[in-house]
Amino acid sequence: MAAAIEVDGVTKAYGPVTALDGVDLRVARGEVAALLGPNGAGKTTLVRVLSTLTGPDAGAARVAGYDVVADRREVRRRISLTGQFAALDELQTGEENLRMTARLRGLSGGDARRRTSELLGRFDLVAAAGRRVATYSGGMRRRLDLAAGLVGRPEVVFLDEPTTGLDPRSRQELWHVVAELAAGGATVLLTTQYLEEADHLARRITFVDAGRVVAEGTPAELKGRVAGERLDLVAHDPGALDRLAARLGDRAVGLDPETLMVGVPTDGTAAHVRALLAEVDADGRAVARFAVHQASLDDVFLALTGQAPTIRPTGPTASEEVAAHV
Amino acid sequence: MSDTVTLPIPAAAPAPVLPAVGPLAATATMVRRSLRLGLRNVDGLIIALVLPITLMLVFVHLFGGAIDTGIDYVDYVVPGVLLLCTGYGASLTAVSVSEDLTGGIVDRLRSMDVGALPLLTGHVVAGVVRNGLSTALVLAVAVLNGFRPQASPLGWLAALGLLALYVVAMSWVSAAIGLLVRSPEAAGGFSFFVLFLPYPSSGFVAVDTMPGWLQGFAEHQPLTPVIGALRALLLDQPVGDDAALAVAWCGGLLVGSMVASAALFRHRFH
Repeated sequence: MAAAIEVDGVTKAYGPVTALDGVDLRVARGEVAALLGPNGAGKTTLVRVLSTLTGPDAGAARVAGYDVVADRREVRRRISLTGQFAALDELQTGEENLRMTARLRGLSGGDARRRTSELLGRFDLVAAAGRRVATYSGGMRRRLDLAAGLVGRPEVVFLDEPTTGLDPRSRQELWHVVAELAAGGATVLLTTQYLEEADHLARRITFVDAGRVVAEGTPAELKGRVAGERLDLVAHDPGALDRLAARLGDRAVGLDPETLMVGVPTDGTAAHVRALLAEVDADGRAVARFAVHQASLDDVFLALTGQAPTIRPTGPTASEEVAAHV
Repeated sequence: MSDTVTLPIPAAAPAPVLPAVGPLAATATMVRRSLRLGLRNVDGLIIALVLPITLMLVFVHLFGGAIDTGIDYVDYVVPGVLLLCTGYGASLTAVSVSEDLTGGIVDRLRSMDVGALPLLTGHVVAGVVRNGLSTALVLAVAVLNGFRPQASPLGWLAALGLLALYVVAMSWVSAAIGLLVRSPEAAGGFSFFVLFLPYPSSGFVAVDTMPGWLQGFAEHQPLTPVIGALRALLLDQPVGDDAALAVAWCGGLLVGSMVASAALFRHRFH
């Protein structure tokens, strides 16, 4: 059986900003795949290309067996997109929003009502069905938005940062929904900035940075290639920080003169931490404090690519901003 | 459950691919949506109701005494107030359209193969309905304040038809503005323009009382023939070439803004 998503050498630029720079991707039918990368990596743009919202400048992509440019109508009948901005009307109730989407999907009045109540039940929104969306919490909105995407029983589901901005409990609920979706046989492609989320949900993870695929594999494969944790050292003074950084050399991560901090990958065992401290601060005069953290996405990128992810300000950056509004 | 990972995924009951929704059905759904949203937008509704009453009273009682137009001022001013209120009502379409564009709804609609036309038509139809209410209110307040229309049933039909054409045209102009600007706040600025456009016209004072440089604009701007034709129809006087001019202006604006809307939508999303 053909893959649910096939991407070959797709490039896309918005003016001077190259959002996608020759991306290849394969997602098998029924698989949950994650696009993982920092803000502005091109994740949203790729989802927009695959959901036919924007055409690639070069390369080709097929979704559910159809070309996203030539057969876009066929693609649109088989996919659903839940984007970063909720596609909900605040002044309509949850039920009205779902019924409207169902009618737009071509369901008859009766079928739309049935499908709506089915989805309200499945997404635990029955009690809130008659309330306007304006009164919903962030997690409820996200669930309703996802439900609206599923009225047409899509073969391929795109979720663009489905949990960004959600509190931990809502995130857990959403993870549960995605897992159920996958169990139901749908192909899911989701984007996320959180390693933990990709790890939890996806069977395949594709790392994207600056419009390119930088690594790909199962969560286990990828984790095997990165240090799980990071040792942060706080120096006594700038001179001590310089000495620490010099001794760490290439291993130094996230050198920050402001806070006098420098990080180094570790496996988190006492033996390794002790050895590292002994190595970089033999006389015990340079390091004032230390802490061990879960590896951040930056560390993973560093380990996989040998360089820090392209530094960008927090918040939506040029290319994603463009992608969202163009 | 871990063993399922290694097994081929059982073909999940392949959901039947739904028939694509027709443009008419999609439009009907979007019209219902816009009507519902319009009805629940309390601020907008209050303005749509308060503006006609206030303006009618202000012009008849505050300014009317000081303006000599040769006929009862209330008879003179009704068409101007009608265009002011309905124009403002139509201009709100720009805000609704812009709000949809800044949220995620357009992406969702496009990914479902629902295009610009159903979405924009929904907003325009809702605007026309809202303006029907404003028009009824303006006329009712006018009659209570001494307005005595002389129109025949046919004249009424023609007047309301022309007003409807004006509202539809302004709503589409406004939809195009909504597609052009980048935020609902900027779209709101268009209302300001529309609120002032009727003043330099024959709506509130005779054009020949204006300074020369303004007369040229006031004589030839699109609202002047619309107001002239409405006034003549309502007072059962000869319409002259105002009617043809008015229809030509509104028709031109309508077609132009529909074409512009389609182009702007395509430009913005491709």
